[in-house]
Amino acid sequence: MKVLVAVKRVVDYNVKVRVKADNSGVDLANVKMSMNPFCEIAVEEAVRLKEKGVATEIVVVSIGPTTAQEQLRTALALGADRAILVESADELTSLAVAKLLKAVVDKEQPQLVILGKQAIDSDNNQTGQMLAALSGYAQGTFASKVEVSGDSVNVTREIDAGAQTVSLKLPAIVTTDLRLNEPRYASLPNIMKAKKKPLEVLTPDALGVSTASTNKTVKVEAPAARSAGIKVKSVAELVDKLKNEAKVI
Amino acid sequence: MTTLVIAEHENGAIAPATLNTVAAAAKIGGDIHVLVAGQNVAAVGEAAAKIAGVSKVLVADHAAYEHQLPENVAPLVVELASAYSHVLAAATSNGKNILPRVAAHLDVDQISEIISVESADTFKRPIYAGNAISTVQSSAAVKVITVRATGFDAVAAEGGSASIEAVSAAHDAGKSSFVSEELAKSDRPELTAAKIVVSGGRGMQNGDNFKHLYTLADKLGAAVGASRAAVDAGFVPNDMQVGQTGKIVAPQLYIAVGISGAIQHLAGMKDSKVIVAINKDEEAPIFQVADYGLVADLFEAIPELEKLV
Repeated sequence: MKVLVAVKRVVDYNVKVRVKADNSGVDLANVKMSMNPFCEIAVEEAVRLKEKGVATEIVVVSIGPTTAQEQLRTALALGADRAILVESADELTSLAVAKLLKAVVDKEQPQLVILGKQAIDSDNNQTGQMLAALSGYAQGTFASKVEVSGDSVNVTREIDAGAQTVSLKLPAIVTTDLRLNEPRYASLPNIMKAKKKPLEVLTPDALGVSTASTNKTVKVEAPAARSAGIKVKSVAELVDKLKNEAKVI
Repeated sequence: MTTLVIAEHENGAIAPATLNTVAAAAKIGGDIHVLVAGQNVAAVGEAAAKIAGVSKVLVADHAAYEHQLPENVAPLVVELASAYSHVLAAATSNGKNILPRVAAHLDVDQISEIISVESADTFKRPIYAGNAISTVQSSAAVKVITVRATGFDAVAAEGGSASIEAVSAAHDAGKSSFVSEELAKSDRPELTAAKIVVSGGRGMQNGDNFKHLYTLADKLGAAVGASRAAVDAGFVPNDMQVGQTGKIVAPQLYIAVGISGAIQHLAGMKDSKVIVAINKDEEAPIFQVADYGLVADLFEAIPELEKLV
C-alpha cells in the first residue's frame, strides 16, 4: 500500500527562540532549521512499514517555503521514494495545511497518512485530526504502536491515563507520539542518492485550495520572566525556606 | 452569546479539567452549556448540572459515544455547534483528539491551549514550547478552542442548578472501534491537579530509585512526575511525563530531582508557583528557573528531605 507522510520545517528543537522587538513574531533569521521531531518519527514509521513489506511506496509531502526542500531531501535520504512540496511563503494555519494535504491525498490516494502529533513551533496539535475530518477518514492520534492487518490498522495511543488501542478502517490517518520509534540517521550514500529522487513542486493555487484564515495573530510577546532564585546550602535550610518563606509545605 | 463546553469525564465522574474549562467559558461571558457524551452517563450529567455557572446540560447517551471515539463524537458536536458562539474543551488527550476534527468540519481555525481570555474573540496561548506568548483574534462564527487547565482557576463543582436535556442524535461513523485500554493505577493525586509535584529525571539512574520519590511524595501528599529522559529510559510509564509533549502542570510547589531542565521540560512546569531544584550539577539549566536550588547528591538529599518535612 501507499503511505503518505507529512513533514514540517521548523526551528531546531535545541534553539532558544527570541521574540522580535516589534512583537510581530519570533526571530527566525539565521536560526538553525530542522525537520520537526515528530515528523522524523512519522518518516521512520513509514520506512519500517516498507521494510516489513506492508508499504510499497512512501510519498513525503511538505507545505512551506522553497527551503523546505531540504527537509524533503532528508526524508528521501531516510527511505521515502518521492517528494511533493506545496510551496507557499505565507505562514499557514493548521486548517489551511490540512486542506492542502487533503488535495494531495485526493491526488495520491494513499491507504495510510502519517503525521507528527504536533509541530514544536506552533504547538497546535491539529493538522492530523483536521485532515482526518476533511477526508472523512478515521484517526489514530498520539500513536505509540501501529499494526496494519488486512484492511484495518490497530493503533495504540498515548492517553492521559495510560494507553488505549483502537482499530481503524483503512484508509486512515495516524499521528505519531514520541515513543512510537527511534528515528534513524541518514547515511552519506543515501543522502547522495536522495538528490536524484523525484521532487514535485506544486502551489496552493494549482491545487485549487484557499488558505484564508479565521485567525489573526495580534502580537507575540516574551513570557513573564521568573524572578531570580537562590541557592540553599543544606536540606534543612531548604525545608525552612519552604515552610516559613514560601509557605508551600 | 452562548458557550458549549464539552465535558471531560471518566469512570462516571466529571474530570477536574472540566471545571477549569468552565472557568474559561465564564471569562468569555454569556450562558454556559455543557455537553456530556458517552454511554450510561446520566450520573455525569447530574454532576455537570451542579457546576457553578452552568445553565444547561446536554446529555448524549449512546453506545457510539463510549470511549469518546472522535469519528463519532465530532459529528455530534458539529451538529450542536451552530447554536453556539464558542465551543470549548479541555486540552486533555481527549479534547485534543476531538476538537480539531470539529473545527475542520465547521471550516474554522481552532485556537489550541489558551491560557487567558482577553475578550470574547481574543485569546493568549503559548507557542515554541512556551518561549513566546501569542495573542490570537478569531473572526470565526463559532470559535473552537481548547483550554489549558493550569491557566484558569477551577470553578466550584457544587452550587449550580442547570437544567438537563437529552440529545437523541446518534452518530456512528463505523470507521473506528475501541479494542482495549491499559490504565496506569495510582493512589496519589492526579498529576495535573496536584498542589505539590515531585519529579525525577535521568539522575534517578533507574526505575527502582523512584521509590525514594514516592515515599517523599506520599509524605507531602504530592503527585509524582518525570522528565522525558526518565520515561524514555523506561524508569516510569509515559503518562507521568511533564513537558511540552507530556502533561502541563502548575502546582504550588514543583520539586525537580535529577532533572537538567531542557526547554521541553520547562514548557510543562515553569508556571509552578515555587520551583525547587535538586541536582548535583550546579550548571544545570534548571537552576535558572528554580526559586530554591540545592546542589547536592539526590540520594543523600531526598532521604534527608523526607525526614525533615
